[in-house]
Amino acid sequence: MKRELLDRLIADRAAKRPVALVTALDGGAQALIYPHAASLGEAFGAAVETAARQALADDQSGPIESDGRTLFIQVHNPPQRLVVVGAVHITQALAEMAAIAGYGVTVIDPRRAFAHSARFPNITVSTAWPDDALREIKPDSHTAIVTLTHDPKIDDPALEVALKSEAFYIGSLGSTRTHAKRLQRLHDKGFTERETARIRGPVGLDIGALSPAEIAISIIAQITQVRRATPAAKEQAA
Amino acid sequence: MANDVEDILGTAAAWRAGGRQVALATVVTTWGSSPRPVGSQLVVDDKGIFLGSVSGGCIEGAVIQEAKEVMRGGAPRTLEFGVSNEQAWEVGLACGGKVRVFVERVE
Repeated sequence: MKRELLDRLIADRAAKRPVALVTALDGGAQALIYPHAASLGEAFGAAVETAARQALADDQSGPIESDGRTLFIQVHNPPQRLVVVGAVHITQALAEMAAIAGYGVTVIDPRRAFAHSARFPNITVSTAWPDDALREIKPDSHTAIVTLTHDPKIDDPALEVALKSEAFYIGSLGSTRTHAKRLQRLHDKGFTERETARIRGPVGLDIGALSPAEIAISIIAQITQVRRATPAAKEQAA
Repeated sequence: MANDVEDILGTAAAWRAGGRQVALATVVTTWGSSPRPVGSQLVVDDKGIFLGSVSGGCIEGAVIQEAKEVMRGGAPRTLEFGVSNEQAWEVGLACGGKVRVFVERVE
C-alpha cells in the first residue's frame, strides 16, 4: 500500500468520512472510492466505483470480479455510535467497554459534577440538556441510546428524542416498576405502546449483574445481541 | 463494516514512519465457519511484532512468515488456508473454515 493512500485513508477515518479501499489482488493496485467525491489512486473504472459505493451503502466488504481480475472492496464506514445519558458509575465502565467494542461513545449529563472529564478520560462528554444534545447528535440507524440516570427530568427528554429517531437500540435503566411508570409518562405524552415497546427496560441482558461493571457488560451484550443476532436467536432470548 | 478498535492502519503508518518494515494482512474471502470476518486485518513488522488478527490464532504464524517475505520486496500475494483436521501438521484452521488473506507491504 502506498503511503499517501494509507495516510489519506487514516485521515478519512479520523474525519468519519465513509470511504472504500479497492485492492486488485493480482499486484496490489489500490484506489480510494467515496460516495460523492472523486476517487484517488488507481483508475478502476465506473463499474468498480459503482460496486464500491454500493458496498459502502450496504456496509459490506467483499471481493468482486472485474474484467477477469479479483478486486477486494474494504468498507470503512464511520463507527456505530453509543450515546449514554447519565454520567454515572455504570457509565464509566460502559463507555470504556463500548469503546473497546468499536463504538464512538458520547456521554451526556447536565449535572457537571457527574460529567466531569476527569471521570471520563478519552470519552466525549456533553453537559447540555439531553434532548438538545441528542438532537445535535442526530441518532440514526447506526446509533444506540442508553439512559442511566433513572431521573425522569433527565432520562425522559432523551427518550422522547430517541423514540422519534431510527436508533437501533434504546435502553433505559430502572426496575420493572420504575420502567412501568416511565412508560406511563411517555404514553401520557402521546407515545403509543407500540412506540415505547422499543425501549429495553430494565436495561441489559438478565445475567444477574450486580456491580456497575457487570451491569455495563449486560448492556453491551444486549446492544450486541440487537445489532448482530439473527431474528430467531433474538426471539429465543426474549 | 465494523472498524476494528485496535487502530491497525494508524499503527502501520506509525511503525513505517519509525523506520520499520511493515506489512498488512487482510481477510478477503471466507467460507464456512472462519473465525474472523472479511475485512479483518493484521499489521506486522520485520521483527514479527503484530497487532490485530486474521483468524483465531490458527494461521497468524504462517501469515507473518509470508509477510516478512513481502516486506523484503516480494510482490503482494494472496494466501489460502483451509481445513487442517486430517493433516494436523499443516497450517490451517482447526475450526474447519477456509479463508483467503491478502498480504501487502506498506511502502
